[in-house]
Amino acid sequence: MTTEWIAKNRTTLIVTVVVLVAAYVFYYAENGIAPSMYTSAWGYAIPLVLAALVGVIGERSGVVNIGIEGQMLVAAFAGFFASAYSGSLVVGVLAGIGSGLILGGFLAWTTVRWRMDQIIAGVVLNIIATGITSFYYKPGKQLPGLMPSFDVPILSKIPLFGPVFFTGTSIFAILAILAALFVHFGLFHTRWGLRTRSVGEYPSAADTAGINVERQRLVNVTLAGALAGCAGVYLSMDASSSFERNMVAGRGFLALAIMIMGAWRPLRAFVMAIFFGFINAVASQLQQSGNIDLPPQLTGTLPFVVTIIVLAIAAGRVRAPAAVGQPYIKGDE
Amino acid sequence: MSETPTVAEQAAAPPPIDGSPSDEQHSDRQPLAFLLTHQSGVVIIVALVIALAVGAVLIRLQGVAPLYAYETLIKQALFVPGGLTRTLQKTAPLVLTGLAVVLPLRVGLFNIGGQGQLIFGAMFGAWVAYAAGGYGILGAALGMLAGIVAGAFVGWIAGVLKATRGVHEVITTIMLNYIAAGVTWWLVTGPLQAEGSKTSGIPQTELIPPDAQVGAVAKIPIGFVIAVVLAVACWWMLSRSTLGFRFNTVGANKHAARYAGININWIVTLSMVLGGGLAGLAGALEAEGTLYRFEPAVGGTLGFDGITIALLARANPLATIPAAFLVGVLRTGAAGLQFETGIAPEVVDVLLATILLMVSIPVLGKWIFRSRADKVSAASTSWGN
Repeated sequence: MTTEWIAKNRTTLIVTVVVLVAAYVFYYAENGIAPSMYTSAWGYAIPLVLAALVGVIGERSGVVNIGIEGQMLVAAFAGFFASAYSGSLVVGVLAGIGSGLILGGFLAWTTVRWRMDQIIAGVVLNIIATGITSFYYKPGKQLPGLMPSFDVPILSKIPLFGPVFFTGTSIFAILAILAALFVHFGLFHTRWGLRTRSVGEYPSAADTAGINVERQRLVNVTLAGALAGCAGVYLSMDASSSFERNMVAGRGFLALAIMIMGAWRPLRAFVMAIFFGFINAVASQLQQSGNIDLPPQLTGTLPFVVTIIVLAIAAGRVRAPAAVGQPYIKGDE
Repeated sequence: MSETPTVAEQAAAPPPIDGSPSDEQHSDRQPLAFLLTHQSGVVIIVALVIALAVGAVLIRLQGVAPLYAYETLIKQALFVPGGLTRTLQKTAPLVLTGLAVVLPLRVGLFNIGGQGQLIFGAMFGAWVAYAAGGYGILGAALGMLAGIVAGAFVGWIAGVLKATRGVHEVITTIMLNYIAAGVTWWLVTGPLQAEGSKTSGIPQTELIPPDAQVGAVAKIPIGFVIAVVLAVACWWMLSRSTLGFRFNTVGANKHAARYAGININWIVTLSMVLGGGLAGLAGALEAEGTLYRFEPAVGGTLGFDGITIALLARANPLATIPAAFLVGVLRTGAAGLQFETGIAPEVVDVLLATILLMVSIPVLGKWIFRSRADKVSAASTSWGN
């Protein structure tokens, strides 16, 4: 009975333990560190939330998106250089989101319309993104200014949550929260969501019911690219205000792992992304406080190690949408 | 070069038009089947031409005549003194990283972890070759062995997690790439850093003694010979041995393989161990034959180029040799190209990405052959289970 309950809730339990450890570190460390640690955890989680939603939307409609990494990279590149050359942040943000849309459309078109292997299509997208962004990379450019930050009225007064989520926050942070809520509501409470889930689970049944499977997938994967664009723009224009080669540094893939751990559910993925933010924040906190003597090169790999461990425990418990990875061909079933 | 498909490969091809595939067959389709159905030599040549055209536009936009640029590239890679040796030296690890993707692909696994396996192999290969440098050739051999073991270990992690826990290998191998980069970076800036490099600021391990370096005989790099021999060995293993038959059967149809009594978990793990070992050897050869030490940049793009090479070679071990040679020419020539014309060597990344895109788009084959290429099978394995 007890073991069964533990087995059923493994992932949740692990997450809870880690959060407790984080809270312990907060208690153990100097005063005033905790809010900054939570802020840094959330800052790390923002692009992961957005990117994981890209994965959720794609896979719920039946398309694996390995190319999130590349979409983010190109968006970070386009956003940064568009605003550096034009002198306008708005132009940069729009360019980033637009490039995300284009790459989303690229993935959608190659996999849905041309029925290219979805994994290979994503890998190709990543290689193209790396190639283009390093070929046209110019060092020494600067953004015309900082992205605006603001306090959300009322919400920023909530203890603990207010300072972390709603004080001095950026549009992308708010966007990540809203997007998770919207995608959750959309997927499970609207007609669009029902259609999306049905083409991801059983496309031939959806087709029989009169849903245009190809169009549903094309539109979803393309629009999800805009979210990947936001994640990329956040990295180069908000989190760091500079573009570096390969600056996405695996976040696109972490997001896929987060999507799996979140069982293809937007809100669970949101929690998992924050969990990853915590791991990162705890690692750098332990580093700085000198409580443990691990070299930074090793603590930097911690999110990736944890991903593997958590996936090894969580895999098999969660179930992917049934038709994910398979192109749908009318009349083929 | 033998293109004769084995029984298992034929089984991997989609059924004829009247035999509609069932749901269950759908879920078993692998990248391999996809590649075999949608690529041919003609497609590869067309892809190459399109890629060169795209590259020409990029080069033109940089204000350099494309023909001159390509001429310089080829000349620098093949016809300047020592150029061919350098190109072959570059080709050797590329053949191996290509094979590192081919072997798991035959079983239906997509190994994106060549980069991490390679860099781990390079680290331990360089370390052991340095430590055992006093033994000369034996030291060099021990270094290679260490590289193989280190790479195989990284591959094993992904393989065993896939086999026993069902964790998707694409995720684990990518995570392992970052972990391997972090661990080797720590080793080379900490415990294994050469005394001399602590002042220069470039993290390096100690220089491997000349006796334990892997050189060239009659201008042909020994590493290249090893790579070619291993490519032939992989071809023999896959098409002529029982083990290869098991690989192909698991890749073609897991249910049939299980029914035939094949230990699928073991084959899946083994394919990743072998692939990792090959990538690790590539790293050791780079460390012992090119840099004579470990540097974090040792991997370059070798691991990811392996993916391109394996897909270009249509998962055929022998075809990885010309595919790797093509990439080697482009990569070596690009360095000379930058020297002559100032064009960033990353133009090769764009060329390779275009080739990869073209060879894996089914419609290209369809346009050329008007074949039934729209009868596409699904390829990806499922994530969660």
